[in-house]
Amino acid sequence: MPNTPERPRRVRVQRDGPLLVEGPVEVVGEDGEVSVSHRFTVALCTCRRSRDFPWCDTSHRRRCRNPSEKQEDKTS
Amino acid sequence: MTGAPAPALSSSPALSRQQFRLRPPPLPEPRGPLSAALTARLSRGTDPDPDPGSTPLPVPSPDNCSPYGDDLQLALYVLYELHYQGFQDVPDSLEWDSGLLAFRGAIEKVFLGALRADVPIDSAETAARALDELQLEPVGDDGSGVSYFLRDEGTLDQVRAYAAVRSLYHLKEADPHAWVLPRLHGRAKAAMVAVEFDEFGGGRAEEMHAQLFADLMEDLGLETTYGRYVDAAPAEVLATVNLMSLFGLHRALRAALVGHFAAVEVTSSPGSRRLAEAMRRVGAGPAAVRFYTEHVTADAVHEQVVRHDVVGGLLEGEPHLDADVVFGIHATTFLENRLADRLLAAWHEGATGLRGAWPDGPAPGAGRSSG
Ligand code: FES
Ligand SMILES: [Fe+2]
Ligand SMILES: [Fe+2]
Repeated sequence: MPNTPERPRRVRVQRDGPLLVEGPVEVVGEDGEVSVSHRFTVALCTCRRSRDFPWCDTSHRRRCRNPSEKQEDKTS
Repeated sequence: MTGAPAPALSSSPALSRQQFRLRPPPLPEPRGPLSAALTARLSRGTDPDPDPGSTPLPVPSPDNCSPYGDDLQLALYVLYELHYQGFQDVPDSLEWDSGLLAFRGAIEKVFLGALRADVPIDSAETAARALDELQLEPVGDDGSGVSYFLRDEGTLDQVRAYAAVRSLYHLKEADPHAWVLPRLHGRAKAAMVAVEFDEFGGGRAEEMHAQLFADLMEDLGLETTYGRYVDAAPAEVLATVNLMSLFGLHRALRAALVGHFAAVEVTSSPGSRRLAEAMRRVGAGPAAVRFYTEHVTADAVHEQVVRHDVVGGLLEGEPHLDADVVFGIHATTFLENRLADRLLAAWHEGATGLRGAWPDGPAPGAGRSSG
């Protein structure tokens, strides 16, 4: 994604869910560790529950006692 | 079951990388009158004499066939494959044979009619709500689906069988969705292309998700030749792949294709996490683990982009398509649940869930292989 001064990088902010940032990005953690992603857009975890922090792994989702559907096995 | 990964079948990864989709496969074994008439017709294409222009098919009507059964689903699968990779010794031009297209239309009517009847759409339902519902994961991480079974107790042989049947889609991963691109516009198109670009490796052939899946298959000692496991795939598997081709090839079903894609992207990340754990537990090797770990983070992004911009963009321009998006979501869930029921029933008996035995015999070190 080209990011010139005329075309600012877009960041989407959501109340419940990751911060969506146009890639590629370099994320520097508190310990100085650098994570790099070249994806066209990255999802930055804001809930701190991700097991792939700083990337979102959908752990922010609400859980329920009885999901009506059991479909959860398809990969895309 | 633990143990060393089965040995890769190819000694040259560089060569196999390029080969898995180079050559068309042989025609599969027919499973009844429809698929028998079809494969006979396609084989005739090799005769020097007959003009393959438009021959009506002397077949029984698909109207009397079970809509989700082996015969009808295999016939439809073969007809759709003419649009992807074709078959050995079948002329490429038969893709647009009017007799075959009419036959496909009659079969599609039966399949789509059954889906419309089995997946009724509540007029109050919206795409946004249907996708919200799909996001719910069980409390305590103790669901009952395929990925839970494979993570917790699946044998190496069952994991291999799962990969073998999923290869019908993953070796052409994201191809059925590319059909929808010319039918989308503006925000929906730009976002769909961006996600497809990621599925196709972001411009790098070795990172294409279809290639990552071929690498997974090699780690599991499976053959990566395109079409290798079609005969072993039960009707429930064929139906999940046929659904994508049906939605992708019909502009009238473009919103159902988008709903299907959104449903898969929304549900993929947590399931991929469990499948990565399954691969680790059976000692499948790094490429097998990587296919699923890549999908944990990739699909967490794809979900967001598809919801906001593909579904959102499509419905902004064509709000009357909301019910079709919902249909695509629910039809996907319906067929995936049928597949899960079939596989889990077999796995609980210690079988593989394959149709018949392993085509290449049991894997080295793998458990029982019938099913
Ligand atoms: S925001 Fe998605 S896992 Fe934290
Ligand atoms: Fe993918
Ligand atoms: Fe994806």
